[in-house]
Amino acid sequence: MIVTTTKGEMDDSLLEMRQGSVDNEDELTTWTEYWLLDELVHRSVHVTLKKSPTFVGGETAIF
Amino acid sequence: MANTQSMCTSFMGQLLNGGHQFGTITLVSRTSLTAPTKDSFKAALYLASATINAATTVYTATGEVTGTGYTAGGIAVTNATVPTATNSSATAGVAYWTPSASLVYTTVTLATAFDTVLIYNSTQSNTAVSVHTFGSQTITAGTFTLTMPANGTTTALLRLATT
Repeated sequence: MIVTTTKGEMDDSLLEMRQGSVDNEDELTTWTEYWLLDELVHRSVHVTLKKSPTFVGGETAIF
Repeated sequence: MANTQSMCTSFMGQLLNGGHQFGTITLVSRTSLTAPTKDSFKAALYLASATINAATTVYTATGEVTGTGYTAGGIAVTNATVPTATNSSATAGVAYWTPSASLVYTTVTLATAFDTVLIYNSTQSNTAVSVHTFGSQTITAGTFTLTMPANGTTTALLRLATT
């Protein structure tokens, strides 16, 4: 697979892929990194918001 | 039967659609008074060190991310789903709206940590709509995708509610 990197387009076989995620009540976040030796050359992130945050004084209108 | 005081849920939905005007405000023309066009909205990203909050009234470039592939002002918000207003009881209801597609910043490098997106009305002089935060991120020659929550009464991105 071809990956866009800071060095241009590279085949992923030349790179080390690292992935991670965070899952909490507010968001599910996953990221994918590609490393060329010790250099980070690509990082993409996908954040999925699970709910609207509570707006201070804004979520509920008091009538 | 008894009467119960409440702000009407339908009214809250109409607020999200611009259906009431209690005061005077300077607006950019929506072409027709009786069948106005929808406004356009945009989404800008802000550094974790910025100060974007409930007091923000208009889009600002101060504190906005900069980097390869990112255009100041951010990207367009897809708005194909009209606001919904739903009663949960005789005294409570909620009006809500969520962008109809993920916000996708494609092939960008954002080296300084960011954690906030500002939704603003680019038709109406860039007036601020809402601020949403998430875990701090950086992007390197990659894509940042912000997927919206479910467009429901308890999860939608924008909610006006009575209790």
